[in-house]
Amino acid sequence: MAVMNVNPTRMELTNLKRKLVTARRGHKLLKDKRDELMRRFLELVRENKALRLKVEAGIKQANAHMALARSVMSDEALSVALMMPAQKMELDVEEKNIMSVIVPQFHAKVKAAKDGEIYSYGYAFTSCDLDDAVLALSDIMPDLLKLAEIEKTCQLLASEIEKTRRRVNALEHVMIPQYEDTIKYITMKLDEAERSSTTRLMKVKDMMLQEAHHYQ
Amino acid sequence: MYKIAAMGDKDSIYGFSSIGLEILPVTEPREAVRELRRMSEEDYAVVFLTESLAALLGSELDRYRERAVPAVILIPGVTGNTGEGLRSISRSVEQAVGSDILK
Repeated sequence: MAVMNVNPTRMELTNLKRKLVTARRGHKLLKDKRDELMRRFLELVRENKALRLKVEAGIKQANAHMALARSVMSDEALSVALMMPAQKMELDVEEKNIMSVIVPQFHAKVKAAKDGEIYSYGYAFTSCDLDDAVLALSDIMPDLLKLAEIEKTCQLLASEIEKTRRRVNALEHVMIPQYEDTIKYITMKLDEAERSSTTRLMKVKDMMLQEAHHYQ
Repeated sequence: MYKIAAMGDKDSIYGFSSIGLEILPVTEPREAVRELRRMSEEDYAVVFLTESLAALLGSELDRYRERAVPAVILIPGVTGNTGEGLRSISRSVEQAVGSDILK
């Protein structure tokens, strides 16, 4: 029994009953929120995992090409080739609301001197492996941004689910039992007071009758 | 307009400069922490971080988990895939569900 420290009065009882109704409604709502968040989260996290495996494979390929390019080109030549990028990538960040969790959505904006131009160098002094590396990275980029978006969403959802779960548990296992026990305690106290006043009145009546009529 | 950056050892991230990302060749954990904090205050939406560098940063990355931007995303470097990226997904699942159910 977890009885709160309150005065057993009728006013407290009414207040507590109102609080109990609110707590029950809040509990139901939060439970629904948690379930829906969890459903979305599990969907997303599966996608996240698949996408990550794909992206990591792509990066591995790009890195392999890069290693080859590095082995046939001098460090300076490579630096010079990649010094001035042919395009600049920027992001538009939109906000999306998933069950009142604000998650970002990324839209890439590519600024290129020439459309579709990804090579920032002439082909004369560079290895073709560098071309492959740059092409592989540029191919994987949309997936990489998608991964960033989904992974961030998963992280934000996970922390929101954790918070919601704690609230649901606190309501279910602490607040609601406490209110119920306290309400029961006050009800019993009030009933007891009523019975005691009834018996006292009966006793007083007996005493008065005896005084007036000498009843035994 | 938000920016994208790639941070890690030079060899792993060099290619990203060709497709228009900002590259930060960093290998020192302390410098990496400083750069991350700077980027979180400026307009960076996504930071790609190599797994090998992330392994040196420890709990610093947890600061960015609950913020909308920047999204710090781990990528494998030239030294190979350490599986840290997948572990970070498992961590999210564990946080949400209580145990990793996707294994």
